[in-house]
Parts: sequence; C-alpha cells; structure tokens
Amino acid sequence: MAAEAHTGIDALGQFKLEPALGAIGHSVNFTQANLMMVVASGLVLALLFLGMRPRAMVPGRLQSAAEMCYETVMGMCTEQIGHEGKKFFPLVFCLFFFILFGNLLGVFPYFFTFTSHIAVTLAMSLFVFLLVTFVAIKEHGMHFFSYFLPKGVPGALAPLMILIEIISYLSRIVSLSVRLFANMMAGHVMLEVFGSFIVMLGGLGLLGYFPAGLSLGVNTMLIGFELLVATLQAYVFAILTCIYLHDAVHLH
Amino acid sequence: MQPLRRVIPFAVSLLLPVSAMAAGGMPQMDSENPLTYWQVVWGAIIFIVLYIVASRFALPKVGAVLEERAAHIARDLEAAQASKAQADSGMAEATAAIAKARNEAQTAINSALDAAKGAAAEQAATLNTRLEKQLAESEGQIAQARTQAMSALREVATETAGTIVARLTGQAPDPQRLNGAIGAALAARGAG
Repeated sequence: MAAEAHTGIDALGQFKLEPALGAIGHSVNFTQANLMMVVASGLVLALLFLGMRPRAMVPGRLQSAAEMCYETVMGMCTEQIGHEGKKFFPLVFCLFFFILFGNLLGVFPYFFTFTSHIAVTLAMSLFVFLLVTFVAIKEHGMHFFSYFLPKGVPGALAPLMILIEIISYLSRIVSLSVRLFANMMAGHVMLEVFGSFIVMLGGLGLLGYFPAGLSLGVNTMLIGFELLVATLQAYVFAILTCIYLHDAVHLH
Repeated sequence: MQPLRRVIPFAVSLLLPVSAMAAGGMPQMDSENPLTYWQVVWGAIIFIVLYIVASRFALPKVGAVLEERAAHIARDLEAAQASKAQADSGMAEATAAIAKARNEAQTAINSALDAAKGAAAEQAATLNTRLEKQLAESEGQIAQARTQAMSALREVATETAGTIVARLTGQAPDPQRLNGAIGAALAARGAG
C-alpha cells in the first residue's frame, strides 16, 4: 500500500466493494458485485428466453446461440458424468454461464468482476464440494469412504494413502476457488498497471510516447488474453465440477 | 526522468505477487468490510433465483425445441426411407414388366417367323410338285410327239423306199427285206 500511495497507481482499488443502487442498496448491503451478478444472470436468461421465443424448426442466429449453449453443456455433462449427468445439467449450466458472463462483463471498462473476489469463488467451490460429497454419500452410503483408500494399496501404506487422499479431496475447495479468483484478479491488475503506464508515460512528453504506445499495445493484447482466460476459467470450473460429480456418482 | 524512477520499482513490486499480497491491500481479503460477506449472501440468492428460473422454465424450453426437432428429423427420415422403399419396389415391378413384355414379344416374333417359314416352305413344295408334274407331262408329250413323228417317218420312209424301188426295178420290193433295211438305217441314225 505504501508503494502504491507513493507512485499513485491504485491497481487494487478496482476490487473495492461499494454499495450499489443508492440508498436502498446501501441499507441491505447490496454491492456492485451483486449488481453484476444480476446483470449476468439476466443476460443468461435473456439469451435463453429471447433466443428460444421463435421455437423455430430451422433456428435463427440467437436461437442457434441458445441451442449451442444448451448442447455444449449437455455434452459436457453426459460425456463427463455419464448417463446420470442429465440430473446435474441445470446446475452445471448455471454455474458455467454465471461464471462466464461474470468474467466477460468484467472485461468492459468500469464494470466490476465479481469472480475476482475470493469470497465469491470460495462460496461457489464450497457449494460444489458439499454437493459432490452429499451426492456421493447419498449414492453409496458408507461405501463412499472407501474412496479414500485406492484398491491394491499395501497395508503398511494405507494410513499414509488415506491421509494423502483426504488432503487431495479437501484441496479441491482451494484449487477450484483460487484458480478462478487468481486468474481473474491477475488479469485485471495487469490491465490496470499497463493502463496507468499509458497515462504516466504519456505525460512525460516526447520521450514517453513510444513506451506509452507500447503499453497500449500490451493492454490491447491483454484484453484479448482476458477474453480467453474468462472463457477458459469458466469452462475449467464447469468441467471440474462435472469430473467431481462423476467421481461422486461412480467412485473412481 | 523522475516519473520513470517511480514507476519501475512499483512494476517490480507488482510482478512479485507475494510482495503485493504482503502489502495487505487486497480489498478481497478485507475481512472488516461487511460487504465482503454480504456479496456472498446476495450472490447465493441471485444464483438460486437463476437456478430456479433456468431449470424450471428456460432450459426445458430449449430441451423441448431440440427434442421436437430431433423427432421431426427422425420422422422425416423414416418417411423418406418408406418412400424410397416404395419407389424401389415400383422400379422392380416396372423392370419385371418390361422383361416380361420383351419375352412375350420375342416369342411372338419367333412364332410368327416360324409360321411364315412353314408357309413359305409349303408353297415352295407345292410349286415344286406342280412344276415337276408339268415337266413330267411336258416330257411325256414330247416323247409321244417324237414317237409319233418317228413312226410317221418309218411309214414315209417305207412308202418312199417302196415307190423308189418300184420305179427303179419295175417290181414291188419284198416288204420284209425293205422293212429290215429301213429299220437298220434308222437305227444307224439313232432315231429308231
């Protein structure tokens, strides 16, 4: 913080939570992150409802997009989880598109990226973790705990293996949440830093124009990179959820 | 160069995430701000609403349209297959009919040809027999005419020879000797 105050680049200020929607939002602690969640959810539902309104046999552009979203996630579920995947399809669909639209909205200037908050991603990964554990226990009962002892492990190694398996099982919460949060935060910090470089170097006069232009070029590339990361991380979150659900349903 | 000197250390500190986090300036980690927790509460509510609306209304609608399309395509394919089978059987029928008609035509041609050949042969045979008969008749007539002519020649020759001998010798010749001589002369000429 000291360094930032000194140089004047506030790369982390963009992540600061503020109450949104005026006095009402302030009274119920509704933040701008939640506003973006509402926008993202609204866009997902709008895509589905507006896209499917024609119910055409030969789909138009928007309907094709909606159907493609549906079929992509459906394919993901049935391929990763198997036949039982259809049960979890609405959840995986919501997770994927909630995160995807949140990530993509964050790329717009002045828009808040709610997936850059560890509290949000941790809540989502904790939810996925609890759901997976619940499904596993419901499907297999006490037999579920055999998951922590792979078959064919010598007796002497069993305590160590069980410990490792439990740690790796619990670490899913951390890996799932930190991966998304860190990716989104890092990208936005980089954008902010190079954006500040443009302004600062541009202010230096003739000598600064070239590096300022270079920073602009870097930021342009970063925006493209952010689009890739936004899609990829949403996909990774969804596919890992599917893989965990597969483990829960089939136990290896 | 003053701003540059300020920028470089900062960039370095940012490129080392550990030092950036150690600064403790991350709003995400600000556990004293109640909004950090409240965003999760509101987030959960928003996500549940999204889930309910999507799973109850939006997604089944998409699924219904996709299923309808799949059923429609399957139906159309079935219909196309049925009409193809129909067309195939029709084609086979037509081919069979053509083959049958061709066979019939061939047999008809063959029988007509045979009948015509038979009739022609019969006609030729009757014509032949008639011609042969006529030829035989004609030959018979010729032979008769010739024998008549020959016998007339003998009479004429006998009379002439008798008359010539009577005039020359003054007496009638011996008919038996005369007959023998004429027979020998005629035989020598090949007309007897």
